[in-house]
Parts: sequence; structure tokens; C-alpha cells
Amino acid sequence: MIELSPKERALAAGELGPSRAAAMRILTEAADLMGADRLVQISSAHIDGCLYHGDGGVEFAEMLAEDGNKVSVPTTLNVGALDLLHPGLVRTDPHRYEMARRQMAAYVKLGCQPTWTCAPYQAGHRPKLGEQVAWGESNAVAFVNSVLGARTNRYGDFLDACCALTGRAPMVGLHEPAGRWATLLVDARQVSPQLKRTDAFYPVFGTWFGAAVGEQVAVIEGLPADITEDQLKALGAAASSSGAVALFHVAGVTPEAPDVEAAGGGRRPETTIQVTTEDLRDVRDRLSTTTADRLDAVAVGSPHFSLQEFADLESLLEGRRFSVPFYVCTGRGVLQVLESQGRLPTLVASGIEFIVDTCVVVTPILPEKGGVLMTNSGKFAHYTPANTGYEVVYGSLADCVASALTGTVTRDESLWT
Amino acid sequence: MTNRFGPEIVERELFGKVVIAGSASGNILRLSAPISFWGGIDPETGLVSDPRHPDFRKSIAGCVLAIPSTIGSSSSSAIMLELVRQGLAPAALVLGTVDAILVLGVIVGRELGYRALPVLQIDQSRLQTLPQDVNARIHDGGRITWTA
Repeated sequence: MIELSPKERALAAGELGPSRAAAMRILTEAADLMGADRLVQISSAHIDGCLYHGDGGVEFAEMLAEDGNKVSVPTTLNVGALDLLHPGLVRTDPHRYEMARRQMAAYVKLGCQPTWTCAPYQAGHRPKLGEQVAWGESNAVAFVNSVLGARTNRYGDFLDACCALTGRAPMVGLHEPAGRWATLLVDARQVSPQLKRTDAFYPVFGTWFGAAVGEQVAVIEGLPADITEDQLKALGAAASSSGAVALFHVAGVTPEAPDVEAAGGGRRPETTIQVTTEDLRDVRDRLSTTTADRLDAVAVGSPHFSLQEFADLESLLEGRRFSVPFYVCTGRGVLQVLESQGRLPTLVASGIEFIVDTCVVVTPILPEKGGVLMTNSGKFAHYTPANTGYEVVYGSLADCVASALTGTVTRDESLWT
Repeated sequence: MTNRFGPEIVERELFGKVVIAGSASGNILRLSAPISFWGGIDPETGLVSDPRHPDFRKSIAGCVLAIPSTIGSSSSSAIMLELVRQGLAPAALVLGTVDAILVLGVIVGRELGYRALPVLQIDQSRLQTLPQDVNARIHDGGRITWTA
């Protein structure tokens, strides 16, 4: 049974309003189910509960916002089901549109920042090493735990908001130091060094990794020391799509893993899994569901495209124009910077369709006729067939650009052979 | 089994650990594979909607739903809430392992004023002894009874 502090008991008793009391009751009961015996104070939250799944989610958010109470800690918001800046883009009926809008509005009324991005860590929300936080959205959880070293479990719909309102989370799992120690070593030293220098490697490796480790905490040995933040983002997003990965360590790179032993809490994990270039080539092949040449659209930006990724895209484009729709999903914050730097007109002229506040895989944006979608994202590749009905082809960003210029799938195979 | 008075009626029972208290009755549907409610159950109809699931197209509404194990999508709580809200939830849940995300949907539903369904936890091996499509009662305190 969970033990509450006097302040937590006061919250539960409704001394700070009915919405905080409801949040505290839900949190306490969930914490019990998760096996916690106390709650821990958090310093920030990222809420994933603003995506519309049905009217119940709206009712819940409006119940919390009704008494005018605000979140207790700085809180960012994940994507909603609408692109609020480009309202015509999402195909939806009036009821769903209105409910999705109300759900997003309720979280803003609760005092959350309307960031509407699945990459809050690239929108200025960067907790420090060892900070206790409560984050939702699987890729954001993997990033904040692994790359920033802050501490959170995977919080989904409802619980994320309850944590934000009460400023508490169940003290269990990855909130505890020992829960973060690697119990598994993934040895990637045999993989071609040339391949590991490319962006295309990381979503594929992440997909393999998630399927191989599931919910375990693993430390990876043999990734380059100069691995970029966007590469780690791609790895985590793919790993948390194919498995329940909430934390991974990269020896010599991520903050809790100066070396393999440190990541394991002072000892080398007993179990080791080897990964080879051949394993990864199989995974890459399985990320695509078709071998068709004809291409109907490209979508990138899962997680949301960063400024650095836009710079990469600009240098690949060289001002040329796409012949099929090229969707880039990004945060409104990134769009604003592109606009203020005068980079937007050239990107728009090349045929890029900007999607903000949401993405093409969680809400109906792609043309209904279906077809073949190409992406550089492991997460998009994973969810596209079921969520959109499109066939999917995985390729690097350079492959996506080259293919979208001609309308025919072209991939540089040399790296994978 | 029969005796000279006709078929022998035997009352069977199992005891589960109470996760959410309550009583209920319904026909047992014991799923034959793990399920993710998000992407696996249609919240508009209460039917198993994942074509790869062996219980595809079966209805979970109003039954005593026995789930050996779940696949943890964090959106499953939202689907559970939708089912509760629309009256399409199972009469009771019997879980092999407690999935906090799924149960959270029931807890939030109760907080919003919807009927809370009883949730029990029972070992995988004993869960597998629940017969399919037989009417069962869930009693306060975690007792499950049916006649065989």
C-alpha cells in the first residue's frame, strides 16, 4: 500500500481543488498497481494525452481543467489530432474535429505549453541529468531517459496529466537508480564502421534493438563517439516502436554510460547479444512492405524534424522541385525559426508540405486513394501500413529526396552490401 | 457426468486477487493470444479488430474477459475508457498479469462517473482452466464461479 506525505494527503482530500484531488486519486491507485510504495516529486512533464482517441479523452481533460487548476510543473504537449496552423489539411468529420480541438484546448487551459511536438527535447524542454520527470510519448521517454539522463517511466494517456497536476510520479522502475542499470550488453562492434556513420543506420539498428531487448535496459557497445543527437533520436524512436524500450545506454556516449561497467551499475551485464551487418540488412528489408518502384508520397519527421535535419534536407535539395508530395512533420517552434531566418519560401517552392502540431501517421492527412509512401523514419515505417493503409518503403533521407524528385524509388544499396 | 436424476450439476470456482472490487456475471471469453487494446479492440463496436489475432471479430462487450497477457501500448487506457463510456466494456476482466495501463482506463472511467467493472488477477495456469463461453459469476472478494 502506498504511503502519502501530508501534502499529498491534502491534495487527495481536495484541499487544492477537485481536479487535483481526482488526479491524486487516480495516480495513487495506479502507483499501487505499479508496485510503488511512495510517490516522488517531479520537475517537469510531457503530456501525450492530447491526441484524440474518442470522446472519453475529451471528457477527462475537461474534467481536470474545469476548476481552473493548473499543472504544478512546467509541462509541454505532444501532438494532437489536428494541424492548428493548417486546419484544412486533416480529413475529418465535424464532430471529430470539434472534439479533437476541445481536447487540445483543455490541456492549454490546464497551463501546459502548446508545443504540440513529439520532440519536446528539441523545443527547449531539456531536463538535466538525474532529474525526476513524468513524460509520455515513447520516443520522448527514450530520449529524455537515455540521452539526457533524466528519470521517467513510460507514462501514457491520463497518468501523464495526473502526474503534471500533482507534481508527483510513482517511485518505481526507472525513477530508481538501480532500475536504470543495464542488464544486457548489445555488442555492435562487428557492424561495418562505414554503415554506422550514416543516418540510415540508426532507425534500422533501433528497430532491431527494440525487438531484441524488449523491456530490458541494455547498454550498446561499438557505436561511434561522435554519434549525433538526431541519430540517437532516430534510434530511440525506432526501438520504442518495435519494443517497449524506455531507456538505453550507449557506452562512451550517453551520460549514465561512461563505459559498459558504469552502465551496469558497476558490473558488466552477464548476457551479451551480438549484432552484425547481415542482421541489420534483414531488418532493413522488413521495414519495407513493397518492392514497387512507383512512389506516391514521401513523409519524414518522426520524431518531428529538427533544424539540423532541415539543413541536411536543404543541402540535398539544392533548390530543385519534387514531383510527388513531400510531407515534413515538425514542431511549430522549428517552423517559426525557419520563417524568421527566411528559409521557408525556398522550401515551400520545392513542393514541401509542412505538417505541424500533429503527423501523417496519427491522423488522416495522406490522400485517401492510398499507394506507396517512402520514409527515412523507423517509426513511420513501423506504423504506416496499419494506420494509413499505405505500403511503405524505407530509405535514407538522401534516398527519399532522390526518389521524390523523380517519382521513382531509388535507394543507395552500396552501404548495405 | 450423469446419475439417475439426470446430468450432475457441478459448481466450479476459482479465487482471484482483487484489483478492482465488484461483482458481475457474463459468458467467459478467454483470449487465446496476447492483445493490445490500442489497435486490437475497436472502441466503437467492442469487437477484436486486429485481423492477425486468433479471436478476430469476437465481441468482448458484456463478457467475463480472461486475458492471459497484454501488449503494453500506452494508449490502451484510452481505448478501455471509450469501451466503458459507450457501454461496450466487458462485464469483468480476469488478467494473467496486471497491466496498469489497461486498468487505468477503468479507474479513470469510474472517476468520470461510469460503471467500474471488477478486475481480478489470477495465475496464468489457473486462468487457462476457465472454460470458453460458459456463464460465470464474479463475486465480491474475488471468487469466480460457474457450473460445469
